Amino acid sequence: MPSEAPIRLSEVTYRVGGATLVRDLSFDVGKAETVVLLGRSGSGKTTALRLVNHVLMPSAGEVVVEGRRTADWDPIRLRRRIGYVIQEVGLFPHFTVARNISLLPSLEGWETARVDARTRELLDKVGLPDDVLSRYPHQLSGGQRQRVGVARALAADPPILLMDEPFGALDPITRAEIQREFLAIQETLGKSILFVTHDLREALLLGDRIGFMDRGRLVWMGRPQEFRTGSDPRIAAFRESLS
Amino acid sequence: MTFSEIFDQYQPQLVARIGEHFWLVGVAMLIAAAIAVPAGILLTRQPKIERWVLGFTNAVQTIPSLALFGFLIPLPVIGGIGPRSAIVALVLYALLPIVRNTYTGIKEVDPAVREAALAMGMTDGQILRMVELPLAARTIMAGLRVATVTGVGVATVATLIGAGGLGDFIYRGLQTVNSNLILLGAVPAALMALGADFGLGLIERKLVKGRVS
Repeated sequence: MPSEAPIRLSEVTYRVGGATLVRDLSFDVGKAETVVLLGRSGSGKTTALRLVNHVLMPSAGEVVVEGRRTADWDPIRLRRRIGYVIQEVGLFPHFTVARNISLLPSLEGWETARVDARTRELLDKVGLPDDVLSRYPHQLSGGQRQRVGVARALAADPPILLMDEPFGALDPITRAEIQREFLAIQETLGKSILFVTHDLREALLLGDRIGFMDRGRLVWMGRPQEFRTGSDPRIAAFRESLS
Repeated sequence: MTFSEIFDQYQPQLVARIGEHFWLVGVAMLIAAAIAVPAGILLTRQPKIERWVLGFTNAVQTIPSLALFGFLIPLPVIGGIGPRSAIVALVLYALLPIVRNTYTGIKEVDPAVREAALAMGMTDGQILRMVELPLAARTIMAGLRVATVTGVGVATVATLIGAGGLGDFIYRGLQTVNSNLILLGAVPAALMALGADFGLGLIERKLVKGRVS
């Protein structure tokens, strides 16, 4: 049965230098679905993300994006269809906010007027005023930087988003605010999102499904409400760490 | 003889020697930058050759300049008496600071920035041109400044292999125990070094304007 899922991993293993970072990983992310990979540091969550956008190649198994194996994609074309947000944001410090957001559309050859309109639209969407456009990243607060990071990832309207603890470095109040806004944005945009976090509350809030990873394996996957009541000892231990 | 008498006597030659000196250093720095900046970039892409290239440029740096000029005289094509050998020697001395600073400058770009650039689908050439080189510009320029200031000094030795320059006055002054004649070579050389450093500093500021890092 052919799968329509924008992202599908089948028995993916990734080894480097004798260490196995990810083992027999199989799951998919459906259209307009947010799948959250939850787990401790070093559980292989970030590796899983990097396998999707072809920054890493699987040692075994296959990663299929939009029906095509990542090995068959031109990596540049593949990555331009996948927005990417990381905790450190990684804004270009020598570009203004406007240039940061508009870089990919410009590289894709959009006309200037369309690029400008898109930049303003995104800025509005992530809740930033127009006057930040001419500022440089170091002139922004952490929360503003992360919003710009999200706007940049959405710039070329990619159908898929990969998010690696994107709100992890923010203070609790800003984080809660951005999480709510993120939910609202996702409601209207309907992206297929693979989201990585070690924050259980964030996973329960944002995920349509949660995958729990432990030492490179996906040990449990299901809906948030099932996670709250799941009986798997590894999940229970993770839950208890919060209470 | 007083300094002003020396100055009057040698004034016509002074302009010619300054010109020669400037030309030696300028040509050598252009060639050195054209070799060393790409070499530094290559090192960031091919870490395996790092030891080899930095080892070679380090080794060159340890050869005393007088000896290096001497070694070049008997060599065909790149050697011989005159400015050609001098330029080759100046280029060799300039390689290390430029290669090393280019390499370090690119290596020091925030990994998160590089990761973001890669993940958004920029090609290696785009990452280099639009991200790494602009962010490394200050460090690369610092290497060029060090190389140029050093080069102005080393070029005074070039007179010994007949390449001219301000070293002419200094060595003639040494031979005739005429300290004013030495100054006639040394002062313009020092001013040229300061001027080059200042000029390159202006370019550097232009390259990194708008960003505070």
